[in-house]
Amino acid sequence: MQSKRGRVKIGREKLQRIIEMCRSVEERSLDPFLINFEELISTVREYFPEWKLPEDLCLDAETIHRLASLIKLQSEWVKHRSTSLYTDPFLLEEKLTRIGKEEILETFLNAWHPIVELEQISLHSLAESLRYWESLLPLKERWKGFPLAEVETGPATREELIRQRILRDKAFSEELENFWQELKNQVKEKGENVKIRYWDFVGAESYEETVQRAFMTSFLVTYGYATLEIHPLEEEIFIKSYEKPTTKIGKEQLVSIPIAVSAEDWMKWKKGELK
Amino acid sequence: MSKRKAYYASKIKRAIHLLFYRRHIKPGVKGWELRKALGSDYPKVLKILDDYLKALDLQVKTVFEEEKQVEKPTLEQLDKARFYITLRGELTPKEAKMIGWRIDDLAGLAIAIAYIISKKGKSPRKEVEELLRDKLPGWKVGLNIDRYIRYGYLTQDENEQLYLDWRTRAEVDQKALIELLLSK
Repeated sequence: MQSKRGRVKIGREKLQRIIEMCRSVEERSLDPFLINFEELISTVREYFPEWKLPEDLCLDAETIHRLASLIKLQSEWVKHRSTSLYTDPFLLEEKLTRIGKEEILETFLNAWHPIVELEQISLHSLAESLRYWESLLPLKERWKGFPLAEVETGPATREELIRQRILRDKAFSEELENFWQELKNQVKEKGENVKIRYWDFVGAESYEETVQRAFMTSFLVTYGYATLEIHPLEEEIFIKSYEKPTTKIGKEQLVSIPIAVSAEDWMKWKKGELK
Repeated sequence: MSKRKAYYASKIKRAIHLLFYRRHIKPGVKGWELRKALGSDYPKVLKILDDYLKALDLQVKTVFEEEKQVEKPTLEQLDKARFYITLRGELTPKEAKMIGWRIDDLAGLAIAIAYIISKKGKSPRKEVEELLRDKLPGWKVGLNIDRYIRYGYLTQDENEQLYLDWRTRAEVDQKALIELLLSK
């Protein structure tokens, strides 16, 4: 007797074959009545009790869908055969190969009524074009570049580059260390259980400064100087400072936590509505 | 000239300009464009124009969106239809050559169209190529089919299935073609 697994495997293969068959009838415009529909549907019915997995049920649904398309094709086929345009393709193919080129051409010319169209310039469009041409500036005038202000070149000082925010006045690592110290101090002063609320730490007098602090905080967490503690139900985020930097890269799966620091949130925090 | 006659004469002139001169990539004018330019009685203007064109062996051809000829079209169907000026009668083989078609190429087009019609308007390109290869040199077959596609007689999908395109629907009397071929 066939095992259950073996039967499921055979059933899947049979359904795949039915799908392929229906597809080839559809794509190759074959006669849909060549297929024994009764037999196919009884196969689908026979194996239906075997399907337990969602994939198998999907396969069963697709087979039914393909068979339904086949019925639609059969109906279209009947409709087409009943119209005056219906011709047996084999009969026509035979005719087309039998009759000569000249005869085919003559026949086609009796049924061909080519479109008549003109392409001609009119006096009106010529006059329009002339008017346009007259008002068109010469290329050398149209492509004249904008006058560039002459600037003398010279070396930029470090202070100038810092002012233009090209250079920072401190190295990034130094800035990060200072920020970490600030976090530790704030945790000691305002924090409880070695942690501080996220907004209490990143929040500053101006929105720009707040964004800058949030940016630096993200590096503190990424580089292992601190960690985040999230309480999703209470919608609370805390920052916990480490005594020593820890590296998690390669030890455990790192996750990214997006935290929106919008101007609205900052306003709420300022008003004391956001914790 | 009575006021009414003058009214229609000017409308017919405008219709002639719209229909004869190509305004878009494809020739022909949509019904709604005609309504905009000629007014809501544009079907009547086209009817008068069609009668007038009879003497010149031309006609106003209406191609409906539904791909089938509609007996009594509604205004909505007319608005969506495309109108062309086509030849009313037939060309002689000599005339066909004069308008830039080689006999071989035109016969190939006739075969391709007839075969696709017999296959319910859709046929694999390979089958059409095989049929054409019987009477045309092999190197020319692919080129010709591409040309028929470029002109708008046929269209092809990503599965290399050929269908009849807008120009065949506008220019070819499909029923007459099949009947004539079968009577040979």
